[in-house]
Amino acid sequence: MELELKGITKRFGSLVANDRIDLSVAPGQVHALLGENGAGKTTLMNVLYGLLQPDDGTILIDGKPARFGSPKDAIAAGIGMVHQHFMLVPVFTVAENVTLGIEETRRSGLLDRRKTRKDVRELSHRYGLEVDPDALVENLPVGIQQRVEIVKALVREATVLILDEPTAVLTPAETQDLFRIIRQLKQGGKSIVFISHKLKEVQAIADTITVLRRGAVVGERPPSATEDELASLMVGRSVQLRVSKQAAKPGDVVLDVTDLTVTDETGRIWVNGMSFQVRAGEILGVAGVQGNGQTELCEALMGLRPTAAGQVTLNGRDLTRATPTQRLRAGVAYVPEDRREDGLVGDFSVADNMVLDVYNRPPFASGIRLHPDAIAANAAERVQEFDVRTTSADTPVGTLSGGNQQKVILARELGHEHKVLVASQPTRGLDVGSIEFVHRRIVDQRDKGVAVLIVSAELDEIYALADRIAVMYEGRITGFRPPTVPAEELGLLMAGATDQNPGPPGPEPTPSAPTAIPGAGQ
Amino acid sequence: MSDQVSSPGEATAEKKEDAPGPYGFGRAFRDSILEGHTLTIIVLAFFTAFVIGGLLNAFTNTTVLHAWGSFFSAPGHAIAATWDTAVGAYVEMFEGSIFNPHTVAQLFQQASIGTAIRDGYLSAVFNPLSETCVQATPLILAGLAVALPYQAGLFNIGAQGQIIGGMIVATFLGFGVSLPFFVHVVVSVIGGFAGGAAIGGLVGLLKARTGAHEVIVTIMMNYIMAYFLAYLLSFGYLMQAPHTSNAISPPIAGNAHLPLLFGSHLRINAGFLVALACAAGIWWLLNRTTTGFEFRSVGKNPSAARTAGMNVERSWVLVMLIAGGLAGLTGAAVIQGTDFTLNPQSYGTYGIDAITVALLGFGRPLGVVLAGLLFGALHAGAPLMQSVTGTPVDMVQVLQAVIVLFIAAPPLIRAMYRLRAAKAGGVGGVVSKGWNA
Repeated sequence: MELELKGITKRFGSLVANDRIDLSVAPGQVHALLGENGAGKTTLMNVLYGLLQPDDGTILIDGKPARFGSPKDAIAAGIGMVHQHFMLVPVFTVAENVTLGIEETRRSGLLDRRKTRKDVRELSHRYGLEVDPDALVENLPVGIQQRVEIVKALVREATVLILDEPTAVLTPAETQDLFRIIRQLKQGGKSIVFISHKLKEVQAIADTITVLRRGAVVGERPPSATEDELASLMVGRSVQLRVSKQAAKPGDVVLDVTDLTVTDETGRIWVNGMSFQVRAGEILGVAGVQGNGQTELCEALMGLRPTAAGQVTLNGRDLTRATPTQRLRAGVAYVPEDRREDGLVGDFSVADNMVLDVYNRPPFASGIRLHPDAIAANAAERVQEFDVRTTSADTPVGTLSGGNQQKVILARELGHEHKVLVASQPTRGLDVGSIEFVHRRIVDQRDKGVAVLIVSAELDEIYALADRIAVMYEGRITGFRPPTVPAEELGLLMAGATDQNPGPPGPEPTPSAPTAIPGAGQ
Repeated sequence: MSDQVSSPGEATAEKKEDAPGPYGFGRAFRDSILEGHTLTIIVLAFFTAFVIGGLLNAFTNTTVLHAWGSFFSAPGHAIAATWDTAVGAYVEMFEGSIFNPHTVAQLFQQASIGTAIRDGYLSAVFNPLSETCVQATPLILAGLAVALPYQAGLFNIGAQGQIIGGMIVATFLGFGVSLPFFVHVVVSVIGGFAGGAAIGGLVGLLKARTGAHEVIVTIMMNYIMAYFLAYLLSFGYLMQAPHTSNAISPPIAGNAHLPLLFGSHLRINAGFLVALACAAGIWWLLNRTTTGFEFRSVGKNPSAARTAGMNVERSWVLVMLIAGGLAGLTGAAVIQGTDFTLNPQSYGTYGIDAITVALLGFGRPLGVVLAGLLFGALHAGAPLMQSVTGTPVDMVQVLQAVIVLFIAAPPLIRAMYRLRAAKAGGVGGVVSKGWNA
């Protein structure tokens, strides 16, 4: 099936989300839609999937115009969509989820579970999806849940599959698996529309790349196009993908962590006797596959989780038992991993969020009295300084884009006096322009003599920023390396190989060794 | 969600383009609803509630039903009877709660201003308003006791138990001790605050320490306090009045009465001023203090509050302490302002009405004051309505419920009024998305 979009235009009030977009997807092709957040990718796909009606333009299927009043029409025409947020019922099995809405019944009117299970198994085998039809969805990892969504689309006989930011929720290893599946689907004659803002992934998987910017197509490129070219097209100006930085000039030890052990309420050990030091004017990058204790490490450093054993000192001052406030005052700046959940109060204004952890300090308060004028003045200044794109400082921060939200957090954390910056996944979900900005600021901090600890699951980010790399695996540091270390070696360390014990430990080798992840990450 | 790309405002703009046409009043009216103007929603909710209330009233009235029984012989009569009953009840309610023209007529029949004032004819003119304020006082205070925790993310179902706590202490201090005039009032009021604060604070403490859910705990506290009150009033050596077998406390001393504001003919008392001062104080607390900033942060996003170094548990305890205190003040205002004795039913339905008032006031202090005044007016007008038109006072409860139902469910109002709009093309998504998109 050949799919073609011609002159699709979609307006929301005065905002033109899609401006005369032409796009054609050939059968058996992976067509990538590349663009920053807000470039109109999702709107375009919602038009294609019948969730939105275009104001202008036509959708052609095999040359014949089609009109999708609802997703039902789109599905009937052979279009399937895997949303960024899955639409699954957690307490149902895979087979039940797949059959939901198109239940097969036997002549008696009862559900034909056996046939559904057979269909799922058969499809799953044909495309290498390896999904167990009887597993409960809530017990499945995110990567497998995504495959269930793919199976759902396939059962409905989709020939064009739209994947909306499919890798946003995946680990590097899961991303590799997804790419393998996409290739298999391609061989099976399916067309894939792959929506992403990650350059490397798009280069790794796409046959054709269409770049969107501000609702319009700004170019079509083969996957052989250089990263820089794609990034410039996407952002509309030339961007530096890798921050230029001088060699670090490390000073005295600022943050000293000795034998830190962190457990959760159930007694499970997340951080197991970690020791490291961060010096003034250097960036220590903690690499590792998500879920190896990085979150718990950062939370313990901030005092958000109790420290089970070990010691944390800042310039020689013992902070092991300090509260979050005491740590903030002692000079820790903290950029949390999940900015919406832990970093910001979405309903609060930009101005209020910029003082979220200094609201009770002068000049913002004296005694218990708040000084709204000082808060507003601070916001005006910081919005300017950090180039936060917002209509006003009174706008609820939840309505800003991810990049601007992160700028608000940075503005706040770098605004109060600090000696250490702890930043967890500082650019997760951000577009290229914002990543450049955030990286620039972090390197600036280092150059000002701040000790910086970066935790990131993106190897590229670690390489771009770190002066020294520590690799974390199952709560331990498996090795320190200079930033010149080859990715393969880091991958081995991330899979649990230690300097003493090369090769993944344990009877079952961890499949998550993210060594060969050229496509993953930024 | 990735597929919800249009906000309600955008959807409206979209619709304007879809269906060009004369942009008259009706259209502007409809569009303003679609854009989700809260004011419009509120006005329509009231309008709808009063229409429904009126119809309900008319069609439960035997005279009206008889008139409809002979509809085909005298259709005009049936419709007139319906109208008279529905509107008549509202007129009486208005006269009972805001302004009664008959009292003015009587005022002008008096010989001189002096006699008018002395014999209470001037007061009679203001009596409806005074009653409205008297009824509104506990509603505002109790409404604040629900609205404040709501801002901090807690649902205080326990205003009733906290009110009882306040009543017990205020009453005990009222009859149990002997103090000079001004001091006695203040001591009793503060005692009432403390009594409620103890109960509320306990709930906060349980939540902070053990994670017990405040809804469950407050509901249980309501039962405990209600039976505790009955127990106290059953034994002479506790709080029961001497020489009686009734469950009632001795009357509080005259010195403990909240002073009347405008002379002995009007019941409006200093409690109303306390309520207004509390509303202003809570507004200030929430919007102008670091404590209020913490409360609001904890309410909107506890994990971000915790990450920013705020003590979430402390906020829970503190907010429940203050809320309990406000509920305790409600109890003090009722005992010291109007009732003067305590009986096992003294707490009435204030605890439940408080939730309604807080909901209608959108959990904001000014909103609570306005909602309290409105419900106060409904309560104040009800007796006259019943005595003149025979409409049962329960009508007021129905009205309250219907108003809150519509306010709390804006999509309902939108859906109802769009039904009158002929074409519904292109706006299908608005109803389902309107409130939370």
